Amino acid sequence: MSNLQVSVYRYNPETDSAPYMQEFQIDTQGRDLMVLNVLTMIKDQDSSLAFRRSCREGVCGSDGMNMNGTNGLACITPISDVVKDNKLVLRPLPGLPVMRDLVVDMNLFYKQYERMQPYLQNDTAEPAIERLQSPEDRDKLDGLYECILCACCSTSCPSFWWNPDKFVGPAGLLQAYRFLADSRDTATSSRLAELEDPFSLFRCRGIMNCVSVCPKGLNPTRAIGKIREMLLSNAT
Amino acid sequence: MVTNITNLGRSGLSDWLIQRVSALVLAVYALFVVGYLLFHPNLDYATWSGLFAQTWMRIFSLLAFISMAAHAWVGLWTISTDYLKHTGARFGFQAVVILAIFVFLVWGVQVLWGA
Repeated sequence: MSNLQVSVYRYNPETDSAPYMQEFQIDTQGRDLMVLNVLTMIKDQDSSLAFRRSCREGVCGSDGMNMNGTNGLACITPISDVVKDNKLVLRPLPGLPVMRDLVVDMNLFYKQYERMQPYLQNDTAEPAIERLQSPEDRDKLDGLYECILCACCSTSCPSFWWNPDKFVGPAGLLQAYRFLADSRDTATSSRLAELEDPFSLFRCRGIMNCVSVCPKGLNPTRAIGKIREMLLSNAT
Repeated sequence: MVTNITNLGRSGLSDWLIQRVSALVLAVYALFVVGYLLFHPNLDYATWSGLFAQTWMRIFSLLAFISMAAHAWVGLWTISTDYLKHTGARFGFQAVVILAIFVFLVWGVQVLWGA
């Protein structure tokens, strides 16, 4: 498969009345490139294509997009993982407003993240040097702190598609649990109170799309289950 | 915190718990009824009516009806807030659902104790 057929979602609100798919032929010379490499080669053909990218090694979380129907980071997704019948379809992350081509407006996503107050809150007196934590307590944060906020999970979640203004989404909830599980954080009850309504957390129906797309292999569904357990043990 | 006034328990946590517990009750009730039918292959009216004449069966059935009502309210309310974006349509749907649940529940009580 040296000539890969790539179909890319194009939309420029200044000139296009509606989005459309543009076809490209990319000569991969038989190499198993990353999807981001393919995008760069497309940009050489048509410099008007807009997409976000930065670190190109799965750390910054800029190039989250939908590749042949599955969300992921273009920079660490080899084409052999997603290409079917020599065809690659690239679309922006679903559910968020498209600003241009593969670039989406992430404001709603960040708003939900901000609502979770993703910073340590502690109302006890500050120690002279630092707040200590046992290795066991530190271990509880593994699988939570590694999130890079690429939005692949939240934009693959139907509950987030239907209510992005009310449902926090898997990314925000994973971070909520990251601070609920932190032995140094004392804001547990106010954090839990923020999540007790029928939308913020409970709109999760446990379909685990978030788990299947997370490029860092994290498990937001498990974190949501843990928060639910905390809410339940607090309220019964 | 997102405010809601049309969901059953006014709280996501209570709705979630109601949904789980009512599902359990409905599962036990369904298993019992199916099991009863399997163990009585030549079921006649007298036996069936006799089953529902007993107080424990009436209590068990009412528990199942109430569970069904709560389960349906929580579930259909969720569906309406997912898919119906127009406030009037959503509130209208919720009103119809709640009214239907109320009618079926009262009707069920009448069937159980009226015979």
